[in-house]
Amino acid sequence: MNDLFVYTLRLGDDALISAQRTAEWIAAAPQLEEDVALGNIGLDQLGQARSLLQYAGSLDGRTEDDLAYFRDEREFLNAQLCELPNGDFGFAMARLLYFATYQHLLYDELRSSADETLAGVAGKAVKEVAYHVDHAMQWVLRLGDGTEESHRRMQAGLDALWPYTAELFESDPLVQRLPVAVDPSTLHDAWLERVLAVIDESTCERPSSSYQHTGGRLGRHTEHMGYLLAELQHVARSHPGATW
Amino acid sequence: MVTDAAILEAVGEVPDPEVPVLTIADLGVLRGVRHEGDEVVVTITPTYSGCPAMDLIRHEVELTLQSLNVDGRVETVLSPAWTTDWMSESGKAKLVDYGIAPPSASGPVMLRLSIRCPLCGSPDTTELSHFGSTSCKSLWRCNTCREPFDHFKSL
Repeated sequence: MNDLFVYTLRLGDDALISAQRTAEWIAAAPQLEEDVALGNIGLDQLGQARSLLQYAGSLDGRTEDDLAYFRDEREFLNAQLCELPNGDFGFAMARLLYFATYQHLLYDELRSSADETLAGVAGKAVKEVAYHVDHAMQWVLRLGDGTEESHRRMQAGLDALWPYTAELFESDPLVQRLPVAVDPSTLHDAWLERVLAVIDESTCERPSSSYQHTGGRLGRHTEHMGYLLAELQHVARSHPGATW
Repeated sequence: MVTDAAILEAVGEVPDPEVPVLTIADLGVLRGVRHEGDEVVVTITPTYSGCPAMDLIRHEVELTLQSLNVDGRVETVLSPAWTTDWMSESGKAKLVDYGIAPPSASGPVMLRLSIRCPLCGSPDTTELSHFGSTSCKSLWRCNTCREPFDHFKSL
């Protein structure tokens, strides 16, 4: 498969699977304003996913819908961080902090890519993601530095997801030889600096786990991915070609 | 032969389905018109990547082109990325009349400037949520008249 196709799919799948998990919060968030906020954040992620999957599809003779609904689990190249089940609200905000900070650094670099389409998508997305980072940051500070219970849950979310963060920054031969790509390993230091500053200010402890999961970029996923795809894909697969 | 200026003027009147008091020209969503052979290409850009209004806007522009007997199509472009700086001054004035506080300087502002209540004009307001009834708005409350209102957030 073509390098540019695979690279674009990685970015698009991160956005698509994150959008799916974020959207699961709609009507289940702790307050109405948060329902609306997470709905909007999920919509931004879905919009980014659509632009990226349209582009990937144009390189491969497929549509965005073919790529979203008619690929199987092993063909999805998202990081495992994106697919984990939602957990509680502290878990969700820890994931948004980790993921949006990564996306922000990535899109900020990618907007000067020599590939005009990737640069265009990134230039658009970086402004949206700045709001996501800010939203996550406000909640991590508020919950971490809140009550005993909110602190405990925020810490639990930060700790549980830490072993899934290194995967976002893995380098491989593909990103090294593809000139229009951003090698994510170059973003790790800046990410650590930003995320640890928020964790410190929130009065939570820096997560200490050194074990790190991997495999998403090769299509290896957690046990939760199949269930997520079943929900995402079942209407399109039960009624192929349906429109409404 | 319909001139480009006439095409721009006509399609620019297409309303934004989410904030119908604004046209796509007011919003800066309408980017331009060009020719490819005999075909006219109208370019539009989304406010946010996932803006669900884009399909309807595209359809309305196509209908407008048909009504002008112009053979054309609509193309969506992402670059340069839309910014609230492209919103026209008359568009901002229409927003206030409609009860939505217009955008100020672009980008999230950490040290926050006061957003004036579009209903009573008081600068004593509080942000309830970064995210509002559509992607492009945030939710505020006025501490003077106690009314909630939408703010067209800066991007």
